Amino acid sequence: MSFKEAVQNPYSPWMDDAAPETDVVISSRARLARSLADFPFPHHLSPDKAERVIQRVALAVRETEFSARFGDTEMVRLAELTPVERGMLVEKHLISPDFVMRNHASYQYKGLALTADERLSIMVNEEDHLRIQCLYPGLQVTAAARDADEADTLLEETLDFAFSDRIGYLTACPTNVGTGLRASVMLHLPALVLLGRVKDILTAASRLGLTVRGLFGEGTESVGHLFQMSNQVTLGMSENDIAKNLDSITRQIIEQERAAREQLREQMPVVLRDRVSRAFGILRHAYVLSTDEAMRLLSDVRLGVGMGLIKGVAPRLLSELMVKTRSTYLAKMSGRQLSPPERGELRARVVRQALGNISADDGE
Amino acid sequence: MICERCKQQPASVHYTEIINNQKRQMHLCEACAKEAQKAFEAGPTLNLKHFLAGLMGPAIAQETPTDARPFRCESCGLTEEMFGKYGLLGCGECYRNYERLAPLLRRIHGSTRHTGKVPQRSRKKYRWVQEVERLRAELQEAVEKEKFERAAELRDEIRALESRLT
Repeated sequence: MSFKEAVQNPYSPWMDDAAPETDVVISSRARLARSLADFPFPHHLSPDKAERVIQRVALAVRETEFSARFGDTEMVRLAELTPVERGMLVEKHLISPDFVMRNHASYQYKGLALTADERLSIMVNEEDHLRIQCLYPGLQVTAAARDADEADTLLEETLDFAFSDRIGYLTACPTNVGTGLRASVMLHLPALVLLGRVKDILTAASRLGLTVRGLFGEGTESVGHLFQMSNQVTLGMSENDIAKNLDSITRQIIEQERAAREQLREQMPVVLRDRVSRAFGILRHAYVLSTDEAMRLLSDVRLGVGMGLIKGVAPRLLSELMVKTRSTYLAKMSGRQLSPPERGELRARVVRQALGNISADDGE
Repeated sequence: MICERCKQQPASVHYTEIINNQKRQMHLCEACAKEAQKAFEAGPTLNLKHFLAGLMGPAIAQETPTDARPFRCESCGLTEEMFGKYGLLGCGECYRNYERLAPLLRRIHGSTRHTGKVPQRSRKKYRWVQEVERLRAELQEAVEKEKFERAAELRDEIRALESRLT
């Protein structure tokens, strides 16, 4: 099992660019919230019961049927990981930021089961006893939902989940009750932001039962033009309908973003080319970079790569740099907490090393 | 236009706020806007937990019968105040206070009935429950028709199934 690998390597398979629609959709996720019957929810749990929850799930993922489908899956407690290692798992989107907060349960009773391919992770004693999560590259919401469903079915062989025939799977927060399914996509929408259209589209999505938020920063002023869109409602809709609804609205947004990109290419070709090439130049030659600047420039380069204006740079490299330019990774790299000026310098070096040697063709 | 706060830099951030049809506009320079935003962020934020607690509050009380007892879970002891504090229920049994929770669920989801996946184990259980009901009806019929041998068989079957249900 590769927990060491997972906390060391900034690359995760969800960054793979050989997946559907990766020019706009970076990744797709399905998350199921499940509670064990006969146990209070995690924030109400005594240490010995929290321990029993973690042991039951550890046994369930070791069942032969489960490992036959998902591979060897080992349970690690957050207490066994260093703060930097926990941070790496957050930056790689394998666990939620909430999970590493000191709430609900102590690190000793918070567990993580992770498959070797990092596609399936199960957080134990987060807000609910289990958070089963599947993460795929590109637009693969239905595949992610199907995998999470399979994992749930296999776990249910040995675990008794709290369920009511009227309101479905019972969760600590009433916003998750029913299917417990939160399906989401990470979108890169630079052209819609540049043309000032992103607000309208996001408002429309919210009318269709979806929530959109900036991945870094709040609201529509998302740093790096990254947005996370997910279903709002978990009760009264089937899992299939939730996934399909998200999938079809995402497809419409993909079309809008692509049209906006073509509009930029036609109406302001020089401005566009200047923007992406300038970003690429700064990233390749800067000696100091702040987090925000790095995120912004990486977004512009991604746009250039997606439109064929910059050749020779793999999108997966840019996704990996999104993790590598975070403070957590820089701290892990240097083995200590860095001062802000030190971070800025190391961040620029990491980016130069990743992009500097690429004999990129600017398409001219 | 000059920033209305420092009255030195040109205003580049224009902020419009509409509260209860009262419109208020601010024209600030970039530096002052950042300051203003900081002050804004430092204020009380409306998070999901407070929001949920609010949904359980007085407005909801009107939708629930006035003689409703205060929300308290028999199993884990969670009270309405505790729910208000964390926005989280204490255990699965809390959902048995369905009458109190139904308006909240309707507000969040627009629905109060699950139409998705049913756990395998429950599916089997539901089948057994249905089977017991069917056998009971058959037993009743057998007794009425004085088919006592058949009634004894049915009684044993029901007992066997019921022992599996508990």
